[in-house]
Amino acid sequence: MRHGRTPFIIGFLAVPVALYATFVVAAYIQTFQLAFTNWSGLGTIKYVGFDNFERLWNDDLFWRSVGHNLYLLILLPIITIAIALVFAFLLNAGGGSHGGKTRGIFGSKFYRVIFFFPQLMALAIVAVIFGRVFSTDESGMLNGLFPESWSPWLFLADERWALTCILAVMVWQAVGFYVVLFSAGMGSIEQEVYEAAALDGANRITLFFKITIPLLWNTLQVAWVYLGIAAFDAFALVNIMSVDRGGPDGATSVLAMMIYRNAFEYSQAGYASALGVALFFLTLTFAALTLRVTRREAH
Amino acid sequence: MSEITATELDRRTLLRRAAAVGLAATPAVGMLSGCVGGGAEEEAPKQAEGEKSADNPLGVDPKTGIEIVIFDGGLGTKYATDVDTPLYNKKWPDSKVTYSATQEVSTVVQPRINAGDPPDMINNSGSKLMDFGAVVNAGQAQDLTELFAAPSLDVAGKTVAETLVPGAIEQGTYNGKPYAVNYAYTVFGLWYNKALFAKNNWTVPATWSEFTALLDKIKAAGITPYGYAGANASYYQVRAILTSAGKIGGEQVLKDIDNLKPGAWTNDAIVKAAAAWAEVGKTYLDKSFLGLKHTEIQLRQNQDKLAFYPCGSWLENEQAKDTPPGFEYAVAPYPSVTAADTLPATALNAAAGEIYFVAAKGKNPRGGMEYLRTMLSKEAALGFTKLTKSLTVVAGAADGVTISPGLTSANEAVGKAGKDIFMGYLFDTWYKKLDDESRAATNDLMFKDYDAKKFADRMEAAAQVVAADSSVTKFTRS
Repeated sequence: MRHGRTPFIIGFLAVPVALYATFVVAAYIQTFQLAFTNWSGLGTIKYVGFDNFERLWNDDLFWRSVGHNLYLLILLPIITIAIALVFAFLLNAGGGSHGGKTRGIFGSKFYRVIFFFPQLMALAIVAVIFGRVFSTDESGMLNGLFPESWSPWLFLADERWALTCILAVMVWQAVGFYVVLFSAGMGSIEQEVYEAAALDGANRITLFFKITIPLLWNTLQVAWVYLGIAAFDAFALVNIMSVDRGGPDGATSVLAMMIYRNAFEYSQAGYASALGVALFFLTLTFAALTLRVTRREAH
Repeated sequence: MSEITATELDRRTLLRRAAAVGLAATPAVGMLSGCVGGGAEEEAPKQAEGEKSADNPLGVDPKTGIEIVIFDGGLGTKYATDVDTPLYNKKWPDSKVTYSATQEVSTVVQPRINAGDPPDMINNSGSKLMDFGAVVNAGQAQDLTELFAAPSLDVAGKTVAETLVPGAIEQGTYNGKPYAVNYAYTVFGLWYNKALFAKNNWTVPATWSEFTALLDKIKAAGITPYGYAGANASYYQVRAILTSAGKIGGEQVLKDIDNLKPGAWTNDAIVKAAAAWAEVGKTYLDKSFLGLKHTEIQLRQNQDKLAFYPCGSWLENEQAKDTPPGFEYAVAPYPSVTAADTLPATALNAAAGEIYFVAAKGKNPRGGMEYLRTMLSKEAALGFTKLTKSLTVVAGAADGVTISPGLTSANEAVGKAGKDIFMGYLFDTWYKKLDDESRAATNDLMFKDYDAKKFADRMEAAAQVVAADSSVTKFTRS
């Protein structure tokens, strides 16, 4: 069988590798190349060395955007994973142990479907819907709930809260997927482990922290990386929901938004590529750090 | 087959690979902007050309088709499909017009320009328009000198240039050569409901004190006196502020801004105008408007919950579906800020807008120019005005025709202004980054700080950054 192996693997891999090489690897290489030019997006290309990176270093908006991405990077995974874990635990083991079997709280099968709904909606639609939820006048869903005599809450128009509003939507959309992911992970934990722990007198909280979390560690790690990468994006929500796209006054600007504006609106594809390179290294650093820091089974 | 699964991936490797795939989610600019570097250096494809004659001054090849791309926005697309194309085909029946419409001009057209396969005539408009300065600079826009020198299609004895309103060609001129037809003639000002004002005996103000006195009255009547959409249309307010500045100090103030002259933004006229508008923002603006979009604000006005709205004459057509019967759009010029304003209260900011250009490296640029010549005929211009309720740069094309209250009002305002019409400024299309800065600074001025000095200083600093940036192509006007 040995002789048939190589063509078989090549047959499977050729198409995806070709696609990946064309649309990801080649595009990245080109981005790195363009980062050293002052290309406008049209016309001739001139190499300018590290000029773009020097400008980047002195660009206030760049540092603010990095700050916003870091804010999302820290809070999005923590909040999403925390909520998803609690929900997944409730769905799988929250009903306690009965006749030697753990089970979810009443109606858990129904909730499992409901939780997944946000994941099915296109991001653009989610953004438009939440734009209505956060609308600053009385037609907004939240402002509509308050008495008319209150002055309306500004949400996205308030620079102190705008980014948090975006974060809330990201969490809302992500939770469902991770509930399902964690549920699957919890489902594969042997019942005997829970039984044994229950026999030793562990309550639900102890079960959660001493059994569920350690046995779910690998899944959590994946979730963390994925959510982190989502936090580096956030483009669609910012573009559609925020005041003046990234505002008010830069309060919700993120790197992806800056890349888009520089490439397609300011005709500074070179500078945008430099931003892309910065984002590339930030993402890479994050992924490497996450995998290293969360390494547990190394013993 | 068992060997294939024999080398099992351990979980860690899998995770690492998963993370690597996830990296693909971050945008790669090179890919998004389409084929890099194409077009400019390559030779233009063979371009169609026919025999020039009195009947065919642009030398159109009658057998070659043209491709046009129209922006599907406030003006709709019917004028192209129902007026311009039939008129073009009447003269050139064998030249097939391939038509498409888009809301995202740059997404659709820019990659095609880069790939060396542009459409022939492009309507560069909307929020996703291409940076036209960059298009010109890359040599991708056809020089339209020939078009403007050609005889008009239906005004006997005049060239195309001679049939247009003053300033129409200048606006599409980059460094001395015309590259674009700015077709729609837009009148800017304060838009209001004439019926509502008549019912309440409110008269249109000419001076700033009359203006604020009226705003007080409107406020007392329980209507928001003034407003604009902070979330996505703050540039309407930028125009209000700069128009006032232009009236105070004359058009030179705005020319200095366009030319990035040091001190242009800290000019006394700008500071005075900003201070006057900041006062309006502080006292009469609804704070929640910062989070609203233009459609929401415009709907409020249609519901008579908002009195004055700074906008251009496309407003009436844009709101046609939502305007209740009895609502009569009308426009007033911005009131004089001081008694010593350089321009009179009737002075008006009116500008040619909506860029139509011909791709220089397309298959049939002559056909594209002929299409523009068709659009610039009196017949096509009147058809456009009837369908879109927008005036065109073709002088007098809509005279004596009653189309809608807003249009009549705009036409009257143009008449009253006489020679005191100024086209405003171009920095917003020339330097997009400065445009964005002006929007953010204006929202700050009108909703948060109310600090005219800070506004002026901030814009001055941003303008000087652009001036010093060698990667930005500079333009000048006089």
